[in-house]
Amino acid sequence: MSQVKHVVLVLSGKGGVGKSTITTELALALRHSGKKVSGHSLCGLALCFPPCLRQSQRLTTLCGPQVGVLDVDLCGPSIPRMLSVGRPDVHQCDSGWVPVYTDAQKTLALMSIGFLLDDPDDAVVWRGPKKTALIGQFVSDVAWGELDVLLVDTPPGTSDEHLAVLENLKKHRVDGAILVTTPQAVSTGDVRREITFCKRTGVRILGIVENMSGFVCPHCSECSNIFSKGGGEELAKLTGSEFLGCVPLDPLLSASIEEGKDFTQSFPDSATFSAISSILHTLLKSLETD
Amino acid sequence: MADVPENAPEHCPGTTSEQAGKSSSCEGCPNQKLCASGATKAPDPAIAEIGEKLSSVKHKILVLSGKGGVGKSTFSAHLAHALASDGTKEVALLDVDICGPSIPRIMGLEGEQVHQSGSGWSPVYVEDNLAVMSIGFLLSSPDDAVIWRGPKKNGMIKQFLRDVDWGELDYLIVDTPPGTSDEHLSVVQYLSSTHVDGAVIITTPQEVSLQDVRKEIRFCQKVKLPIIGVVENMSGFVCPKCKNTSQIFPPTSGGAEKMCADLNLPLLGKVPLDPRIARSCDEGKSFLSEVPDSPAAEAYQRIVQSIQEYCSNRATEEQSTT
Ligand SMILES: Nc1ncnc2c1ncn2[C@@H]1O[C@H](COP(=O)(O)OP(=O)(O)OP(=O)(O)O)[C@@H](O)[C@H]1O
Ligand SMILES: Nc1ncnc2c1ncn2[C@@H]1O[C@H](COP(=O)(O)OP(=O)(O)OP(=O)(O)O)[C@@H](O)[C@H]1O
Ligand SMILES: [Mg+2]
Ligand SMILES: [Mg+2]
Ligand SMILES: [Zn+2]
Repeated sequence: MSQVKHVVLVLSGKGGVGKSTITTELALALRHSGKKVSGHSLCGLALCFPPCLRQSQRLTTLCGPQVGVLDVDLCGPSIPRMLSVGRPDVHQCDSGWVPVYTDAQKTLALMSIGFLLDDPDDAVVWRGPKKTALIGQFVSDVAWGELDVLLVDTPPGTSDEHLAVLENLKKHRVDGAILVTTPQAVSTGDVRREITFCKRTGVRILGIVENMSGFVCPHCSECSNIFSKGGGEELAKLTGSEFLGCVPLDPLLSASIEEGKDFTQSFPDSATFSAISSILHTLLKSLETD
Repeated sequence: MADVPENAPEHCPGTTSEQAGKSSSCEGCPNQKLCASGATKAPDPAIAEIGEKLSSVKHKILVLSGKGGVGKSTFSAHLAHALASDGTKEVALLDVDICGPSIPRIMGLEGEQVHQSGSGWSPVYVEDNLAVMSIGFLLSSPDDAVIWRGPKKNGMIKQFLRDVDWGELDYLIVDTPPGTSDEHLSVVQYLSSTHVDGAVIITTPQEVSLQDVRKEIRFCQKVKLPIIGVVENMSGFVCPKCKNTSQIFPPTSGGAEKMCADLNLPLLGKVPLDPRIARSCDEGKSFLSEVPDSPAAEAYQRIVQSIQEYCSNRATEEQSTT
């Protein structure tokens, strides 16, 4: 953990708002962010990444940022599927659990509590204290190596997993949290409580993402606000938090997530991708200014 | 006494857990000796009390899903509304989502408070025959977070089941958070000495959701909770302008239909995405009375009917075996 520069939690009081999806897309977008433009003085690429996140030692081959994703949703781990890594065996080395890499260049490292389970359909019927114990071990024992950003995907709520993950990460560092909500009041109501959780546990709120806002019909381009509109931005105003942006409800995104495909590479010209990269941009800026 | 005594340290594993009196957090706790003796691990007397108290409730239905945000609370609320539309039936809706209670808003009861009466906590009534209980009614503001570990949540659920004064009930519907953890285990354990009709499992069509829902089904099997059936929610969206259907959450692995066929479970029905459902929830109104002639409302009604049939069949089966 000592070589991990930034730790960002992805939280929501509400279930199914897209925490795991946003985590996945931010990780993918982040990984590619270094490779877009060329001509940088050190590594041959132009301003490939905000300088604070880029150590000058890392030269040509590993110019892009190193990204990690930690999935602590015990009862419903989604990240392995979303990043299409299947169910690999995880190995142990001297310095701990070796994360699973999604690519040959090893730029995106992943650790999911789901890897430790034998049968994918089996239910993890565990009460809090047992979850707390496993998460405690798990969080501190992954050998991430050098990482620019570690994103932590969590289950919904303000309970055992959240307290356990915070307790263990705080020994190292926690930059803050991104809160994900959908636009409806049913969701923002729960996220208000999550904001209180952050305040009480001393976690900085890096910003709020409104997900699933607006669906543009692929047949006639009519926009339907299936889950209402604007609730995330309103919540940000109400609570004085930064608003990171809206991600539309996009069937191409849910399809990519289903198949574990890299949406950021398949649809770089979509409105959804530009929303994701703008959120990433704002997030990185706020990581710089802590 | 709740699972976590008032004077217990923050990380108390709960007096009934395997770790009671033995975990590192028990050091220095005034109850350590008692817990370590094993006396607190005896079956909780509350289980018998709850069994007694709820024995007169004719039907008990749990609404479950391994996945978050698939519409458990929306479905629970509309099941309650639909059952209570028969004025001769007494219906209660209990929300055991302790960290993210949605029921007060969906039922239009935000800001309501629970009152203590001689015979326990009085629930909040939407109509004469529709009573609701949620931790939301115990919070002082919409910003209040319930930052509780498992054992404390369990204590609250026990109180909900034991101490709420529902009166005579035909139906008790229990809305749960996603997952297979404390809340679920507690509900099942506390209801273990009484008859539960079964669980309705909610999912959305995509594999990301089904993969978690299969775990929930395993959970039901493990704890011997019968499954009434599966509801596929948010399946397809019909554009109000061009009437074409979009699969926003695509059934890439065959949706609930294939899962039900594989696992030999009844599919109770499919409810499409409809923006008016989300709006009704936000406004605390019943979608069934707001837009009764919509395809989604019709789907809900058919599902409710299957559930009613299941419950009455089970009731007759029981009578014939006794
Ligand atoms: N912007 C979007 N457009 C279309 N589909 C989306 C979008 N965001 C998320 N989804 C889909 O919605 C479903 C729920 O998302 P996801 O699993 O990421 O939510 P979550 O908050 O992690 O849920 P849980 O609380 O269960 O962990 C997934 O199938 C995902 O593919
Ligand atoms: N068929 C539908 N069409 C449109 N919106 C829906 C539909 N079903 C549910 N919703 C909306 O989706 C959101 C999530 O639903 P709900 O809160 O009932 O899910 P849940 O499974 O209880 O979530 P949690 O896991 O957080 O408890 C709500 O805002 C609800 O209004
Ligand atoms: Mg998730
Ligand atoms: Mg709910
Ligand atoms: Zn259309």
